[in-house]
Parts: sequence; structure tokens; C-alpha cells
Amino acid sequence: MAPQTSPIVQVQGLTKTYSGGFTALDNLDFDAREGEILALLGPNGAGKTTLISTICGITRPTSGSVTVGGYDIRRDFRRARSMIGLVPQELVVEPFTKVKDTVAFSRGMFGKAPDPAHVEKVLKQLSLWDKRDNQVRELSGGMKRRVLIAKALAHEPRVLFLDEPTAGVDVELRKGMWDVVRELREQGVTVILTTHYIEEAEEMADRISVISAGRILLTEDKAALMRRMGHKELRIELSEPIAALPPALEGRGIELSEDGHSLIYSYDSSAERTGITRLLSALAEAGLVMSDLSTHQSSLEEIFVSLVHGPDDDNEREAAQ
Amino acid sequence: MNLQAVLTIYKAEMRRFFRTYQQSLIAPVISTSLYFVVFGTAIGGRIDQVEGVPYGAFIVPGLIMLSVMTQSIQNGSVGIYFPKFQGTIYEILSAPVTFIEVVAGYVGAAATKALAIGTIILITATFFVDFQILHPISMVAFLLMTCVCFALLGFIIGIWAQNFDQLSMIPVLVITPLVFLGGSFYSANMLPPFWEGVTRLNPVFYLISGFRWSFFGYADVPVGVSLIAIAIFTAVCLSVIWWIFRSGWRLRD
Ligand SMILES: Nc1ncnc2c1ncn2[C@@H]1O[C@H](COP(=O)(O)OP(=O)(O)OP(=O)(O)O)[C@@H](O)[C@H]1O
Ligand SMILES: [Mg+2]
Repeated sequence: MAPQTSPIVQVQGLTKTYSGGFTALDNLDFDAREGEILALLGPNGAGKTTLISTICGITRPTSGSVTVGGYDIRRDFRRARSMIGLVPQELVVEPFTKVKDTVAFSRGMFGKAPDPAHVEKVLKQLSLWDKRDNQVRELSGGMKRRVLIAKALAHEPRVLFLDEPTAGVDVELRKGMWDVVRELREQGVTVILTTHYIEEAEEMADRISVISAGRILLTEDKAALMRRMGHKELRIELSEPIAALPPALEGRGIELSEDGHSLIYSYDSSAERTGITRLLSALAEAGLVMSDLSTHQSSLEEIFVSLVHGPDDDNEREAAQ
Repeated sequence: MNLQAVLTIYKAEMRRFFRTYQQSLIAPVISTSLYFVVFGTAIGGRIDQVEGVPYGAFIVPGLIMLSVMTQSIQNGSVGIYFPKFQGTIYEILSAPVTFIEVVAGYVGAAATKALAIGTIILITATFFVDFQILHPISMVAFLLMTCVCFALLGFIIGIWAQNFDQLSMIPVLVITPLVFLGGSFYSANMLPPFWEGVTRLNPVFYLISGFRWSFFGYADVPVGVSLIAIAIFTAVCLSVIWWIFRSGWRLRD
């Protein structure tokens, strides 16, 4: 059994129907590879939290199988759960407990002997060491969020679920949190995170899973996804506006902007031949003088929106916002 | 068995108790003192003795039981209700533990607190009346068993309750009447035959009878019957909790 090929989290045919009859996960397949950062993206109500809760044992699966580190979450629940750390989406804390006590509590619940040195390390990593003797209710929202992360790390999990870890955390600390996550990956921890800040996924993730209506639409290497889905646009600013496209440039996928000041060329950045060289020489032949050049690549956010809503749906979504 | 988790829950619960120990201890001491003043003095002036025991002393076991049962239920229910209410229960549900560890931690702590309060009330009682304890070991055993089985009942109530009203309803609506009608302040054979029969349907009656026997050597029912009653009561509570965790009732969606 090669560790690279067997996923550390494997979800097969998972269905979750809540008691009210709503099916939040619909025969879903999902896996995470050891040591990767995987971003789980999906609109509100897609089933991200339900999926995480089911893997962690908080929600009961209706059918399907889940293994963590090869252990079935029901038959071998002790071993499976021992590997998992969970940062829930909601800010749920024990208000009257001291920060260091609540972190130590989490460690104990997972059967590990007290280790003040480890607790100290985690608290320092999350810039909470100064607050260790404060009651949790005395902390700000962003600090509480970090307490939840510290609690999840208290028992040295091998798989960490972060359900919107950076919601309500300021920019600077968010960057700090990304560093923590990267550090964890370097230690071999698998991190599965959800976020509505797509640029966060773009920045951090090795792979992206897109979930919608209880199904995984795709799971793909982030770079490959962006390459595959990403269209690049070359924008050529002309020193003199023109009234119409010169005949030599027609039929090459070039458009003239309305004011006649710029040419826009869309191409696939992953293609062998982008056609840029030929385009530029044709431009020179037509006697057009360029004043500026710029390129634009679609962001993960645009890719995500077009995946979840279909490419024609963009306007609708914008209107709804 | 995840003993570390048991210990962790137990310690966290005891810490919570010590944060508020003034309220936890003073309230029962004051209410017990009031009972002694009202029942012991006012009524005791009219009822001389019950089964050869001075009335003031006769009510001591019942008073201790009243507090211990109420406290066990309260502590047992609040202990698990709060994580549920705050949402911090996610941590217990996702930890590598079975219901046995969770129950041992919460119920153990709840029973410990109730036991401490029972002891303090016993000490308080010595300021008001003279009494002896004929069978101290069985007294402690009865006290302990009562603490545990009522903390188990409290644990069930804590999981069942969906708001604070429900949480406080059962102790007031069910336990207080059961204790009052369970022979805390009288002997069952002082009642007319019909009510004596009704009393025998009350599980608390058996606990108080056994507990009182440890003090005075006098019991309404044989001590063995009291023990069996406690065993049945505990087994029923444990089975209900086992079922709750198995089915996820009010714990897991
Ligand atoms: N306890 C529950 N009982 C019934 N339905 C639920 C429950 N929890 C979630 N759902 C439903 O399941 C669906 C998925 O919810 P879930 O919380 O998993 O979404 P999510 O992807 O995490 O969304 P968000 O981005 O808003 O956090 C939603 O339609 C939600 O209403
Ligand atoms: Mg969610």
C-alpha cells in the first residue's frame, strides 16, 4: 500500500438526509491526499459543513462509507477520530474557561496526556500566548476563532478540518493563519478548508474541490484547474484610434473596443500556440502603433462562479448580489 | 477506554463547580437550616417521636436525600446541557470516546459535587439535632449510590431539555414531590393504607428508607429491597443513556 496513492480521507457514496427529509449530501465522493491543502469551495448551503461534520462524527451518515487514515469512521471510530482536528464554522466556545484550559481540555478529550509545552507552542503560533490566562469570553471574535484553531491543534491531528477559519479575522492575522496552515502542511498535516474568500483558496490550496447541492462537481489540482479553465486576454492599446478592424486582422478572434482605442485578443494560455507572435507581426504589417500591452487571466473566483452557475449565469448572480 | 477523556471532563466540571462554589454550597445549607427550623422545631414540637426516634433527628436522612437528589440532578443535567446549548458539544461528539467515558466524566463530577453537599448538610444537621449513625459504611454507600443514579437521571434530563425551563422543570415538578411523598418527613406506616400503597410505587421511598436505616436501624422496607430498587433505577438510566448515544437522539443530526 503506497501512501501516496491511498487518500487519507476517503468518502464514497455518502448520502446525508436530515430528519426533516432534506438531502444535504447526495451520493457524494470525495478524497484528500496526505499532506495536501485542499480547499472545499461551494455556495451557502452546498453541504460543506455537513460533509465535514459527517467525517468528524458529529452528524450521522445516512449511507455510504468514510475512512480516515484507512480507518472506517464507524467501525474504527476511535482510531479514525484520533487523527482528526476540527475547527467548526460557528464560534462556539466555553465562555468562562481560561484559554489555556480550554486548549488543554481538547487535548485530553483525544486521550493525550497533558503537555503544557505543546499547548504553549500552539498558543504562541496563533498569537494567543498573551491571552492564555484570560477567560474566553474576554477575547475578541477573531481571537475566539483562533482559540478554536488552537483547540483543534491541541492533540496534534494528522488531518485538520477548517470550516471557514478566516471568517471575521483581520487581514494581517489572516496572513498569519495561512502561514500556520502552510507550516502544518510542512509537518505532513493534511488540511481541508472551506472558505468564501476565493483568493484565499487561490493563494493556499494545492487542490480545489467544488461542491454544489450536495455533490462534488470537480476536484482538481489548483494550477491545472486554473490553466484548464483560465482564459487569458491580451489587451493592446493603440496610439491612434481606428474606426474598423483592418482586413488583415479579421478572422483571428480579435475584437476592437467601442472607442476604437484598443484591441482585445482572447486565447487559451495552456495551448501550444497562442497566436500572439503572429498577431503582433500582423499588427505591424497593418501599420498600427501600440502604446501599451496588458494581459488578464480569469481568477479562481470567475472560474468558480461559472462552474457553480454555468457560464451564462454570471449576470444573474451579480444581479442577486 | 479513553481514561484521559474521563479525567479531562471530570476535572473541567469540578473546576466549573469551584468557580461558583459559594452559590453551590450556601444555598443548600440555608434551605436545610430552614427545614430544621420549620419542621424540626414547629412540627417536632407536636410530633414527639417516630418509631422511637426524635422527630428532629428522624428527618435528617430525608433532608440530606432531598438536597442530594436535587443537586445530583441539577449538576448532572447542567453539565451536559451547557455544551449542547453553547454548541461546544461538537468537541465531545467528535472525540474518540464512547458514551461510557462521557457519562463517567460528567456523572462522576456531578455525583462528587452532590456528595460534597450531602456531607456539608450532614455536618449542618449536627448543629441542630443530636443523632447517631448506626451503620456509617452503609450510610456512605447509600449516599454514593443515590448521587450516582440521580446524576444519571440528570444527565438524561440535560440531553432531553431544549431550553432552560425544561431543564429546571423536572427537579421542581417531579423530584421534589417524589421526595416529599417518599417518606422524607414521615414514616410510611403513619399513612392510611391507600397512601401507604401509593408511597410504595415511589422509587425515592426505597432510597430514603435504606438511608434512614443506616442512621437509626429502622426501615420501612427491608434494606435488600432498597438496594434492588437502586440497582434497577441505575440500570434503567444507563440503558436510556446507552440508547441515546446509540440513536443520537437530541445529540447528533
Ligand atoms: N441540522 C440540520 N437539519 C436540517 N437541515 C440541515 C441541517 N444542517 C444543515 N442543513 C441543510 O443542509 C444544507 C447544507 O448545509 P451546510 O451547512 O452543510 O452548508 P454549507 O455548504 O456549509 O453552507 P455555508 O457556506 O453557508 O456554511 C442546507 O440546505 C441546510 O439548510
Ligand atoms: Mg458551512
